[in-house]
Amino acid sequence: MDRIPVLRMGSLLLITIQVDMHDKLALQLQDDVTQRISEWGSTGVLIDISSLEIVDSFIGRMLANIAAMSRVLGAETVVVGMQPAVAITLVELGMSLPGVRTALSVEAGMELLFGATLGFKREAEDEFGEM
Amino acid sequence: MAKCEVLPLKNSNDIVLARQKVRQWAIDLRFSLVDQTKLVTAASELARNALHYGNGGEMTIETLNSGARTGLRLVFEDHGPGIPDIEQAMRDGFTSGSGMGLGLGGSKRLVNEFNIESEVGKGTRVTVARWK
Amino acid sequence: MSELAEIITQNEDQIRAEWLRDMAKSLQRSDLMSKAELEEQSLAVLNAVVMGVKTSGPTDMSGKGWNTARELLQEISSSRARQGFSPTEVASFVLSLKQPLFSAIRREQSKNQDKLFDTVWVATEMLDRLALLTTEAYIAAREELIARQQQELMELSTPVVKLWEGILALPIIGTLDSSRTQVVMENLLQTIVSTNSKYAIIDITGVPTVDTLVAQHLLKTITAARLMGAECIISGVRPQIAQTIVHLGINLEDVITKAKLSDALALALQRSGRSVIRSTAAGTSSAGAVAGIKEA
Repeated sequence: MDRIPVLRMGSLLLITIQVDMHDKLALQLQDDVTQRISEWGSTGVLIDISSLEIVDSFIGRMLANIAAMSRVLGAETVVVGMQPAVAITLVELGMSLPGVRTALSVEAGMELLFGATLGFKREAEDEFGEM
Repeated sequence: MAKCEVLPLKNSNDIVLARQKVRQWAIDLRFSLVDQTKLVTAASELARNALHYGNGGEMTIETLNSGARTGLRLVFEDHGPGIPDIEQAMRDGFTSGSGMGLGLGGSKRLVNEFNIESEVGKGTRVTVARWK
Repeated sequence: MSELAEIITQNEDQIRAEWLRDMAKSLQRSDLMSKAELEEQSLAVLNAVVMGVKTSGPTDMSGKGWNTARELLQEISSSRARQGFSPTEVASFVLSLKQPLFSAIRREQSKNQDKLFDTVWVATEMLDRLALLTTEAYIAAREELIARQQQELMELSTPVVKLWEGILALPIIGTLDSSRTQVVMENLLQTIVSTNSKYAIIDITGVPTVDTLVAQHLLKTITAARLMGAECIISGVRPQIAQTIVHLGINLEDVITKAKLSDALALALQRSGRSVIRSTAAGTSSAGAVAGIKEA
């Protein structure tokens, strides 16, 4: 595969990473996302990494970059589906993915981005504070 | 009775191949999923270092047998510029956006054994091992 | 010593018959193994021993010719360990071969006492080594079993409980050491994914002490969960533990902690947009008021 597909769902960009990416592919994705946000005026970016078994510092930086660049362009990014083994390894590596919001599933991710999801309305999440 | 294999690290595709190879060996040795992931991630970091910082090199995989224990050893060797201040390199994280952090310190936490030798002008060799 | 090989080969049938007969008298565990299976194993072992002696001689057990015998005995030993044979029974399987073998040697070499002694000596050493091999394989199999059971025990002793849709609880009882924490952590994170639960309450009421190491492990778990998109709340923090945490200088700034599990549950419910409604009077409910937990 020479490019990771970026799908459009209304104002949302949906990206599913299913392959073991080499560096060029990752950089190409960064490019494509910023292009598309500009082109389509997207306000949300959802990256599904539930198939990724490895997230090393390079991929981690890619995700953080995408989040940062998208924000500059007016879009929020959520990364969903991180596997437990990957999370444990990232913690050990010392990567905290600053500026990257995460959610457990695509649905939860969409809730985070738009505050409502298909058919089920919940109170919007705000930042954690003291009860 | 150690099995051994050498892989080149000449381009970014080799890094992917190296990851897959390490994954396969770890699976064959029946490492747990988390241990596999840690090892493959460390391999990815170190392979990338050898390629980008060391101007290319090679990775050697070897199974280890010590009595009842089994393990996997990886050696990353390059003939690049070498690292002038190893301690500093180990401390550098992924801090600056320029991405100069070598991921060495992080990799060390993902493995059981970690050894690094480097000489300016000659190259670098990083040896890591993980036991089941 | 090729003579030994010859003696065995020429007397193979008789040795085997006597061996089986001796085993039938003392060793047969018909509750664990059928006669046919025992005969089959004995035949295979004897053939392997013959091959070993012929190819690599009776003293060098690491020689190629002994590969089959070694593997066979290891397999037999491990499987018997699992089946429940005692270590003596497993070793005796090999050692009981001595009697028929010595009888055969005596038959062949009765004329020459010195030679007889030497051959018997070589034979006994050989069988001793094989018996030790089976014992080591037995022990290895048992240790593997124990390790597996320990693992299961660790997993069972820290169950992850689903309190409500999207809210998990992990009540930890007992001391947390490095390996246990690892198992617990992985289990929790896996359950978070499989139940799609955004909130996990880690209750440490049952944890007697918290030291820096334990705190570190807990913090790693919480960070990992957060990376995945879930939030952890620590509950059951007893006064002594609170003091220890402060004294040790453990930084829990980013972590939500509650003294009671009920407080943690209330928080999780609230964060996930739910409220708990009580009926107006005990046992009755006024029209329209719903008793229970209301999804927003």
